[in-house]
Amino acid sequence: MNFKHKYFFLFPGLFVLIGILIFPIIFVVRLSLSGWNSYNPGLDYIGLENYIRLFTDDPRFWESFFRLSFLSVTTVILQYVIGFALAHMVWKDIKFKRFFRVLFLVPMMTTPVIMTVIWRTFFHESLGPVNDMLSVFGVAPKWLTDPVIAKFTVIIVEVWQWTPFMFLLLLAGLLSLPKEPFLAAAIDGASPVRKFIYVTFPLMAPISIGAIIIRLIEASKIMDTVYVLTSGGPGTSTETSSFYIFIKGLREFQMGYAASMSFTYLIIMIISLTIIAKVLTKVLLKE
Amino acid sequence: MNKLYIFLKYFFIVVWTVFVVAPFLWALTTSFKDFQSVNGGVTYIPWVDFEPNLEGWKVLVKSPAKGGVDIIEPYFNSMFVTCTASLISIILGTLSAYALSRYTFKAGFVKNNDITFFFISQRIMPPIVLSIPFFLFLSSINLLDSLTGLIVVYIVLLMPIAVWIMVDFFNKVPREIDETALIDGCNPYQAFLKVVLPNSIPGLIVAGMFCIIFGWIDFFFAFILTFTEVQLLPVKIVALNSSVTPWWSLSASALVSVAPLIIVAFIVERYLSKGNLSGAIK
Repeated sequence: MNFKHKYFFLFPGLFVLIGILIFPIIFVVRLSLSGWNSYNPGLDYIGLENYIRLFTDDPRFWESFFRLSFLSVTTVILQYVIGFALAHMVWKDIKFKRFFRVLFLVPMMTTPVIMTVIWRTFFHESLGPVNDMLSVFGVAPKWLTDPVIAKFTVIIVEVWQWTPFMFLLLLAGLLSLPKEPFLAAAIDGASPVRKFIYVTFPLMAPISIGAIIIRLIEASKIMDTVYVLTSGGPGTSTETSSFYIFIKGLREFQMGYAASMSFTYLIIMIISLTIIAKVLTKVLLKE
Repeated sequence: MNKLYIFLKYFFIVVWTVFVVAPFLWALTTSFKDFQSVNGGVTYIPWVDFEPNLEGWKVLVKSPAKGGVDIIEPYFNSMFVTCTASLISIILGTLSAYALSRYTFKAGFVKNNDITFFFISQRIMPPIVLSIPFFLFLSSINLLDSLTGLIVVYIVLLMPIAVWIMVDFFNKVPREIDETALIDGCNPYQAFLKVVLPNSIPGLIVAGMFCIIFGWIDFFFAFILTFTEVQLLPVKIVALNSSVTPWWSLSASALVSVAPLIIVAFIVERYLSKGNLSGAIK
């Protein structure tokens, strides 16, 4: 095929993306070396001061980061298990197959923050239906104002919202599997459980890794749900990294410091996602 | 054993269905309530527990001066931004994806896969990292609080998705069809437009649906980059939530806002069985 045409196909997209992104990324790095805040807006140079403050004097950032890790890992594990179970159930013929498939996809089509507005009324401590039904058992958990329970409320909402995405990827994977291994297993008379462990699951391993990584990437961005549901509270008990950076940068206008946090956060995300991808590949593909 | 399995299967499906439907049902009933049936204790069943009325839905069409919630303009803003950004992303993304699927690129150690990864890796970027520079960048060129500014930002969010799905899709369209077209005397652009694109419609639809979903549901950038001139739907609803808006009109406007994309669920399900997504994530 002709040589130079290929550039006409590739370059418009590539250059638009680079064009939009190159400035922000360089700017974040430069901004992180400045003391830009609301009293002193400007790109002065203060060296690594922001980074030193971040690593030695800001436990709140690291707390929010560990909280984020806890929230995203827990939600992704739950989503994977539930999503796989649901996909496996509607994969073969059951009654109303297409109805259930569509229904299970619906939550991911709804805007997270708007649904969170509804969830807030749903979990309302005195006027919401959850506590009304639980009052039969004489308990009334403080879904949004107890530091421990609030975390689980966030997890419930995230699982509701994004399990469909996991379900979609895994169901698409199941539907594209070759038929021969299943025929072989059927001829050997394998039980459903053994068929799942020795045939379905290994065949799904590459797709599982892809789906888990994609969801981890998206889950690590949790911010808008938290903002609407609890505003990071009570106290800082549901504050995630993004949300903390948001408060520092765009509420307190400590732009320089927020930039150093977001750059550090980006590097940590890239490193940890690479490690997770490597580990998952090793564990799931070896067997 | 087998009976137990089937029982557990249906039990699990029913439980999950209830969980999925519950918030929608709650919002739907709440949207017909009045002050007494919201604040005087929890009520569920219309006509039995409370007397339904249309007050929550009426405010949707009232003007703000008369106490309406005015979500019509944000609605159209959201649609406009989502559709424009999706369209641009699909066009640019499809062209790039075609190049990456059909031709070999090499610049030093950078090869096709690395370029594809560069596109897709933009999804890893946490929105907060970009928000601060975008905020200052858009305010310096006077695009803060404008639809154009949002479209520019959304292209960054959506193009990776388009490239991700389309590279994989083009890899599955046999090369022979472009080669035949080239032998028949088409130039590469004609071959792409007249032969490859018509064969890629399922891929384009899936990519388009995903762009629309992820554009429509974004809250964060709209929240940070717009204030008063332009409001998108999610920002508007959240603003209603933090003001004194009563639950019934809040529920009604939330339901109206999430409704259009539910159609997308039907379209995605239709194309699901063709396996257009599965290859993309391997």
